[in-house]
Amino acid sequence: MADNGQLEVSVWRGDSGSGRFESFRVPAEDNQTVLDVVSWIQQNLAGDLAYRFACRVGMCGSCAMTVNGTPRWTCRTHVKKVARNNRLTIAPLANLPVIRDLATDMDPFFARWIGAGGRFVPQRTRDDPVAPVRPDSPGRQAADAGIECINCGVCHAACDTVAASPDYLGPAPLQRAWTLVNDERHGARGAVLAAVSGAGGCHNCHSMGNCTAHCPKELDPLRAIAGLKRATFLGAFGKEI
Amino acid sequence: MLDLRLYIAQRLSAMVMAPLMVVHIVVMIIAVQGGLSAAEILSRTQGSVFWFLFYGLFVAAASLHAAIGLRVIVHEVTGLRGAGLTVLTWAVFGVFFFMGARAVTAVTML
Repeated sequence: MADNGQLEVSVWRGDSGSGRFESFRVPAEDNQTVLDVVSWIQQNLAGDLAYRFACRVGMCGSCAMTVNGTPRWTCRTHVKKVARNNRLTIAPLANLPVIRDLATDMDPFFARWIGAGGRFVPQRTRDDPVAPVRPDSPGRQAADAGIECINCGVCHAACDTVAASPDYLGPAPLQRAWTLVNDERHGARGAVLAAVSGAGGCHNCHSMGNCTAHCPKELDPLRAIAGLKRATFLGAFGKEI
Repeated sequence: MLDLRLYIAQRLSAMVMAPLMVVHIVVMIIAVQGGLSAAEILSRTQGSVFWFLFYGLFVAAASLHAAIGLRVIVHEVTGLRGAGLTVLTWAVFGVFFFMGARAVTAVTML
């Protein structure tokens, strides 16, 4: 049990080969995020602690870590909401290789975005007039539901299917794919549906919903994946969604 | 390890099985409640083209459905993939289909 006014924080120290949890005592504050705690440790107790952050306001998606066993964006996670008996356990995101300490290698995650056909393919050039898109059209609304993703990797770390099946594209890339399928400006809709129909595609999702439950932006990748399953299923019989 | 082709096969086999399962259970309950003996049931099923097609389709759909489902479970639990996973899928399908077909022919053939 930590003393009053002190947090007892276990932080993962190590690399891809090995590591262990190291304990630190950190002054508790009234308003304190998990990222504040990690930064305090790095600034005062362990100058060589590796971690990643940028914006500190929930926009950049850099600072996600595993906090008391749950993947979270640490810059918007208040210690009071997650600490148990003034204790915190902070580890790198699951389902990604660890570079060092709390910093994971995000390359496998972003490679899946490309694998899911996530690159926008324009149908017009900059010399053409802007495509008129009605904001209230069903396709645009479906796309809008997923475009606020900040690529933090929390859903990837929370997904049991990603953990069990390394080829699976995962929730965030599939949600990106669904936004493109519904984006009438996208010039490679068929290529996206083909990309998510392979051995590691959307059909591997077991609909457990950990992605939706953990998404810090409160997006719904599960619904997006269900949309992809429906679109590919109907598409195989020659029907558009 | 579940591409669109296998996904469709599993969903369609489930759609086939659902009504067959309902008929199977309802008929079974009626037969038992009615007090039919095994011999009396066999006398109705043997030589019946309808029951041969009914349970033949049931066995084919169940074998397909189970083989694909087990394929996913084996891959996720053991990491098996590639040719090994394909061979296992077909082997499971073959065993289930053989056992089911044996039962169907025993009950419906004269």
